Amino acid sequence: MIPLSWYLTLSAALFSIGLFGVLSRKNAVAILLGVELMLNSVNINLVSFWRYGDITQMAGQVFSIIVFAVAAAEVAVGLALVISVYRRRNTVIADDIDMMKW
Amino acid sequence: MTIMQIIFLIVGAVILGSALMVVTTGNLVHAALWLIVTLFGVAVLYALLNASFLAVVQVVIYIGAIAILFIFAVMLTRKEMRDRGPQLNSAWWLSAIIALLTFGGLIWILQGWSDFARLPGDFPTGFDAVGLLGNALVSPDAFVLPFEVASVLLLAALVGAVYVAFNRK
Repeated sequence: MIPLSWYLTLSAALFSIGLFGVLSRKNAVAILLGVELMLNSVNINLVSFWRYGDITQMAGQVFSIIVFAVAAAEVAVGLALVISVYRRRNTVIADDIDMMKW
Repeated sequence: MTIMQIIFLIVGAVILGSALMVVTTGNLVHAALWLIVTLFGVAVLYALLNASFLAVVQVVIYIGAIAILFIFAVMLTRKEMRDRGPQLNSAWWLSAIIALLTFGGLIWILQGWSDFARLPGDFPTGFDAVGLLGNALVSPDAFVLPFEVASVLLLAALVGAVYVAFNRK
């Protein structure tokens, strides 16, 4: 039997790796890749809490389905923004995207 | 050490290794492909946790849709993909320290929790998790409102993505 601590430790490590990617990457698409890693680690947590708690309560699985929907929406809008910025400014480097800075 | 634990350790090593490749590799197409490996490992974890529906949804939505969308986005912004400069910004060591502190803080908080090492309850024979999940998603007593709000969110994101990425020329 796998203790709950293994899943929580793995998801904490995956979250930290995703956070590192979000903070350190230059490319806007790579930043979104880091966000995906963080969302996945949250999903591991939700599903393992469902399994190790009362399994007749489906809240953990339902929340992770909603996280799936939010991730799909976030990726669609985020990549559309990146492509739109690339058309106008010819760059996807996050430091160069400063149109809203004044 | 049981066979489940061995499978978990192998899958965990694959997830963490490929996640590190996602955030460090220079070629963005390779990063997107490593992301597929990570997502597949997470799907195996869902199967280990008896969440069969979520394992399938992970493969279909994350690998089949989101990862492919990433590969398309990398192709559409191709000039930057060949950029030979460093892919990490100048303060990457600060980000590494913040990430390590986050990991240490999370583990430190979890260590103080009395149920941290609890074992899973028995999975009852004939227990239909997928059926319960389906009922919970459409039952007015449970989660029908968040479910519908999520569908409205997806519709809004679809319209917004088409509008933002539309080429007006």
